[in-house]
Amino acid sequence: MNRTALILLAALAIAIPLSLLAGQVWINPLAPQNANALPILLELRAPRAALALVIGAGLGASGAAMQGYLRNPLADPGLFGIAPMAALGAVLSFATGLTLALPVFALIGAAGAMAGLGLIAAGNARSTALFTLAGLMLASLAGALTSLIISLAPNPFAMSEIVTWLMGSLADRSWADVAIAAPPTALGLILLARAGPALDALTLGEDTARSLGFSPSRLLWLMVLGVGLVVGAGVAVTGIIGFVGLMVPHLVRPFTDQRPSSLLGPSALGGALLLLVADCLCRVLPLSGGELRLGIALSLIGAPFFLRLLLRLRSELA
Amino acid sequence: MIPQHPALAAENLTVPGRLLGVSAALQPGTLTMICGPNGAGKTTLLRALAGLQPGPVTLGDTPLSALPPRRRAQAIGYLPQHGEAAWNLTAEALVRLGRLPHRTSRAADDAACHAALAALDCTHLALRPVHTLSGGERARVALARVLAGQPHWILADEPLASLDLAQARALLRHLRQLADQGTGVVLVAHSLAHAMNHADHVIVLHQGRVAASGPPQQALAAHILDEVWGVTGQWLGPPGARALSL
Repeated sequence: MNRTALILLAALAIAIPLSLLAGQVWINPLAPQNANALPILLELRAPRAALALVIGAGLGASGAAMQGYLRNPLADPGLFGIAPMAALGAVLSFATGLTLALPVFALIGAAGAMAGLGLIAAGNARSTALFTLAGLMLASLAGALTSLIISLAPNPFAMSEIVTWLMGSLADRSWADVAIAAPPTALGLILLARAGPALDALTLGEDTARSLGFSPSRLLWLMVLGVGLVVGAGVAVTGIIGFVGLMVPHLVRPFTDQRPSSLLGPSALGGALLLLVADCLCRVLPLSGGELRLGIALSLIGAPFFLRLLLRLRSELA
Repeated sequence: MIPQHPALAAENLTVPGRLLGVSAALQPGTLTMICGPNGAGKTTLLRALAGLQPGPVTLGDTPLSALPPRRRAQAIGYLPQHGEAAWNLTAEALVRLGRLPHRTSRAADDAACHAALAALDCTHLALRPVHTLSGGERARVALARVLAGQPHWILADEPLASLDLAQARALLRHLRQLADQGTGVVLVAHSLAHAMNHADHVIVLHQGRVAASGPPQQALAAHILDEVWGVTGQWLGPPGARALSL
């Protein structure tokens, strides 16, 4: 384990207990005056923190893997079209009134996106370029269908329910949600870790990676399944949370040796930390009518970050 | 005792639009250069010999397509013409990628990487990020990556393109040493002077076919130069001297 990972682990060790104490009701661990302190901790904040760690780790690692796969520091798991397809599945569950089965619908949406990507791009020597284009196509199709379902909503109440859910949040999530998200995320992370050496080889291009003995189609499937499971699980329980997968690998990369495989672990830890801290801030920010939605907060941070990256790239190209 | 590695051969290789019935038998322990005008199919032939392009290519008695990818990668090192590193690794980390086909101990990997860096006079560059290296330094580090894999065959696409005269000569000297030690070396080269002065065997491709194949004096004879490149060449010095005036 390298120093970057150790520092991130230490930061998590501090942030996790703090996140349990912070919120609309502040809990003093030395003198808990609130009679509901224990239920708040165990039933509200602990699952929320656990979910932030699970989803954040998945988004961070899948972002790092995507950037390695596409050899592009501006890549993001959202580009794959997997998140929008998962969201489409979730929105369908609202439209059909089967909201209890929402996670199943979202995972089916993600699986549909993965199958589509795999079938379009597999077996082609230039699979990364096809992959990106297929992902963009799926994303715009899913976006259009999602808008269609929203516009056909039977009443304003249903419409607002869908729109609010799409914004992404960890509020009011329970241990049941953790149980839904954690297993697919863990499996996805294992698959992405297995893709590590092939991603390293891809640093020098597809031909070199193949000449080093790596199969492009095996890597494609590892990526599709790994990112699909992680992102699908995330969308299934929290809605769409963007920019984590873009920002975290960027922030962490300068502290690694830049190989994609050595970026995966620190990005997972960094993603977990970012989501945990951002969720805490959402909870404690005073906002009339509830709390700031996590998805909105991260987009508000992420968009300027993306702009700064673009400007830096522009000056490097000039 | 020089180890005898298996030979690499293409038999009647056809790639639609690129190569038409190309056969080439390459011997380990020799330095072969593939020459020809732009678009003659040089890169396609090299990729096929590296197993990156499907075709009837054999390593020893085994068709490349029947070889497990990892075994093939251990036997054949390939250096593409454009192999820009997407990430700003250090030269050492980049060279270490050449060890990916091997499942050896960290110490063995270290030793192979250090030997490869030293062989190409890159030891002092080991900790430099590759994006800060000059064109010539990058070309040497890229070749060191291939050497680190200790392949039986080294297939390189225009490795001399970005090197100045002195660097190109130093690199060729090193490749010659490897060939003398039993490695098969195959280069795509634009410079006929390099081919004339350094190759054991020259394959001249023209419009997807083999126009000539043999020792440089024979494969780059005046009528071949005229037929393939449309230039008049003249031998300097007595027959057998390796000098060519274009």
